[in-house]
Amino acid sequence: MTLTDTTSRTTTTAGVRVAALAEIPPGEGRAYVVQGAQVAVFHHRDGRVSAVDAVCPHSGGPLADGQIDSCVVICPLHLNTWDLRTGASTSGQAPVRVHGVAVVDAPDGPQVHVTPAR
Amino acid sequence: MKKQPGAKRHLVLVGNGMAGARLLEELLERGASDQFEITVFGDEPYGNYNRIMLSHVLAGEDGEESIYLNEIGWYAENGIELRSGVRVVDIDLPAKEVVGADGGRTAYDVVVIATGSSPHFPPMDGLRREDGSLLPGVSGFRSLDETRAMLEEARRYGTASTPAKAVVIGGGLLGLEAAKGLQNHGLDVSVIHSPAHLMNQQLDAEAGAVLRRSIEEAGISVVTGARTTGLTACTEKGRVSGVTLKDGRTFPADMVVVTAGIRPNTDVGVRAGLVVERGIVVDDQMRCVDQPLGDGDGGLGGHVFALGECAQHRGETYGLVAPLWEQATVLADVLTGADPDAAYHGSKTSTKLKVAGVDVASIGQSGPVHPEDEHVVFSDARRGLYQSVVVRDGRLVGATLLGDTRKTAALQQAFDRGLPLPEQRVELLFDLGAGGETSVEDLADDAQVCNCNGVTKGDICGAVAGGCSSVKGVMDATRAGKGCGSCKEVVGKLVEHAVAAGGGALTEDPSVHWYVPGVPLRKDELVAAIREQHLTSVSAVFAALAPGGAEDAKSKMGLTSLLRTLWPTEFVDERDARFINDRVHANIQRDGTFSVVPQMKGGVTTPDQLRRIADVADKYGVGMLKVTGGQRIDMLGVKKEDLPGVWADLDMPSGYAYGKSMRTVKTCVGTDYCRFGLGDSTALGIALEERFQGIETPAKLKLGVVGCPRNCAEAYVKDVGVVAIGNGKWEVYVGGAAGASVRKADLLATVDSPEAVIQLTGRFIQFYRTWGNWLERTYDFVPRLSIERVRLVLVEDSDGMCAQLDEEIDAACAAYRDPWKEREAPDAPGRFSAPALPLLPLPVVPRRPMGAPGGTPRDQLPVEIVMPNEEALMAGAQQ
Repeated sequence: MTLTDTTSRTTTTAGVRVAALAEIPPGEGRAYVVQGAQVAVFHHRDGRVSAVDAVCPHSGGPLADGQIDSCVVICPLHLNTWDLRTGASTSGQAPVRVHGVAVVDAPDGPQVHVTPAR
Repeated sequence: MKKQPGAKRHLVLVGNGMAGARLLEELLERGASDQFEITVFGDEPYGNYNRIMLSHVLAGEDGEESIYLNEIGWYAENGIELRSGVRVVDIDLPAKEVVGADGGRTAYDVVVIATGSSPHFPPMDGLRREDGSLLPGVSGFRSLDETRAMLEEARRYGTASTPAKAVVIGGGLLGLEAAKGLQNHGLDVSVIHSPAHLMNQQLDAEAGAVLRRSIEEAGISVVTGARTTGLTACTEKGRVSGVTLKDGRTFPADMVVVTAGIRPNTDVGVRAGLVVERGIVVDDQMRCVDQPLGDGDGGLGGHVFALGECAQHRGETYGLVAPLWEQATVLADVLTGADPDAAYHGSKTSTKLKVAGVDVASIGQSGPVHPEDEHVVFSDARRGLYQSVVVRDGRLVGATLLGDTRKTAALQQAFDRGLPLPEQRVELLFDLGAGGETSVEDLADDAQVCNCNGVTKGDICGAVAGGCSSVKGVMDATRAGKGCGSCKEVVGKLVEHAVAAGGGALTEDPSVHWYVPGVPLRKDELVAAIREQHLTSVSAVFAALAPGGAEDAKSKMGLTSLLRTLWPTEFVDERDARFINDRVHANIQRDGTFSVVPQMKGGVTTPDQLRRIADVADKYGVGMLKVTGGQRIDMLGVKKEDLPGVWADLDMPSGYAYGKSMRTVKTCVGTDYCRFGLGDSTALGIALEERFQGIETPAKLKLGVVGCPRNCAEAYVKDVGVVAIGNGKWEVYVGGAAGASVRKADLLATVDSPEAVIQLTGRFIQFYRTWGNWLERTYDFVPRLSIERVRLVLVEDSDGMCAQLDEEIDAACAAYRDPWKEREAPDAPGRFSAPALPLLPLPVVPRRPMGAPGGTPRDQLPVEIVMPNEEALMAGAQQ
């Protein structure tokens, strides 16, 4: 499970800071390059965050622009779906990688940190 | 290649077709990635795809995207290096290296050749040009590129008012599929076949004659016993213009498809010095046969293997998929050591297909071979039926079924297992006395039902035992029926049987009736619940009505649209519930950029608007300016972060080319300039567009208004089409389409003023908004209710709801706000900033030369030709 529960925020600095949590509107995703990996970070409506590859393996679509619910992202190009917990496609496509993500408390508000999967 | 002691061995696969793909899957299943670094060379610049499905793509039944077995990303995910687009020209056996066409050498420990086969082009005069390339207009039918080329030509030539002519040379399985596919695109198709009857490889003469009759009845001409000796070219167009037969007959042709058999691709094997006869000769473990390499040399040392259509095993080469699966299983067992003694003993071939609309099953021998063979035949050519069995020594050695293939499964079992046969041989074909067709009960558990995905009766029964009680559920769980689809009927019967045997009842997946997949309610139930509980946001609907309150991403768009319809002013907008197009008010394109379509009411524009569009296109480096089918200007290739700037500089409202909403009103010039105009269609079109701009509808909505029945703006094929017929009268049509479906609209009413047109149009739109299913176009909605019913409700007010509909559409129109006015204060920080990421390299897209029409004046800007992918989106959204 990589959906991180922000209610139990870690205070250690895990991964690379990509954004303040406030910069990603709840229910949406944003894409970042982290140590060479293109990572889509999603800020769920319930406050959790998750991160997978930013590029859909089917046709290169921008997953960060896709719609999400608690465990699925829909690619905006052809509406294929991936499970954000496992990276497995639920529509018969190749999987995406799931990246480590954590929300870290900081003086200027919670920050999103990403640890790219190898 | 760096190699360290104890490192993994390097397996190189030459060929990325169906055989190669299957081998990779079998290898991965056996944990081969722990033993091997795997490199795959593929001639075609794609992942691997299901070649069998090309017929469906050609026929327009399936899109290209649905035929992929593994996309390019799959290889990386599985740690496999894919060198697509690199042709292997040689294998240097002594050096243990494969040599690419680019001269690159790749060392291997084990190499597998799976180069497949190529179309055979029989010698014909004029087939090729001087440089060796095929005469333009002539094609094989083997690869995705060839299929694409045929489709393009078929579309180009198939839409002419006089049907274009296509000639298919070769009346085998593939030829008939090609003929049917081209006919689907409106071409006048002839099949020319050299042997005396169609499908001579699988059918005897009598069956061939029955098939011929069915094919001809479908409108395809058939010429048999006729060898094509030459092609003629039109010197003016530089492309094929006809074919000439040996007997002197000629046939005109705008395009020619050659399907005269396949030839194993053995070049690599020949060059490497392997033993090659018809195919690359392999033993029972798919190992290539040693060629003496010189004294003391260990020869191939068991490092070189071949499988699939390029391989020859015990004198046989196979052109069907099932043998290839069996070979892949054996080879994977051998290579990984999962079963070092695995051996392939050859395959019995059988085919079950729908050939050009006719069911055909062919198993083993098509007719008697030995004098003592029994041959039982039933033939009814008028009904397109032919059935025969061949029995030798009390065992079934062949069967042919044409037109009625219900007995296939039972016959296949008898054939595969050598089961004892009924004394009355005719019982093999007909149930005498007992009645009813052979039940799926008779199948053994390990009988393979879906050959494409290797699903057995046992797998299907297992899925039912595991809780699936709907056909859809079992198909999802087992992948049965998800290859070529020819087994769907048997799968359906098996599920039915297994469910009944388990004491249950077959269920229909209930979700087919729901408005959206995440809320288990029909539209009327959902609307009632939303009204009753006063739910005004998508999240509120999920919380109140979804099982466990769970959100479902795929339901959000539909719910947003419905809530806007029900609560024009009270609706609580949740941006993440919107599709990206509706979040940024532009149309996402396949490279992640967007296209912007400024509003031009009725298709009318001004010099000032055109100047602004031109200036903005320059300023933001717009990739392409394209006049759309709806008479608007599409600015393609705008970066997401530039969208607010583009709209601010344009200072024009959105043209809604992206939403499930009222899009455009197409018009002709009407009375101002047209000599024939009977009504001012331009003014009425503008008035309609002004009134209904931005209104959400269950699917996109396109209108058209024409000033006379000449129909220059195609109003008869619009969701709402308005036609001036003189004397101040206007006809209002509904439910038309000229997209993926073509349907002429139905006349709803004739009214006598533009105001009445606007009122009736609004009433229809609101009716459709209220009762249409999500993503249901009006061309499905109107026939579903029937035009008579729609007319009763909207014109005669039979249900007394007209006043309410008028009131509701008034409120919806009054609530309109230009979505782009919020550009100065976007709802979320960074709404338009990210992602400016380098996305995956796109497939090769033709680029226009600099300065070409459609390009911008910016000198250095490469201009990409990108088709709006809205239809693809719609198709995907239909699930």
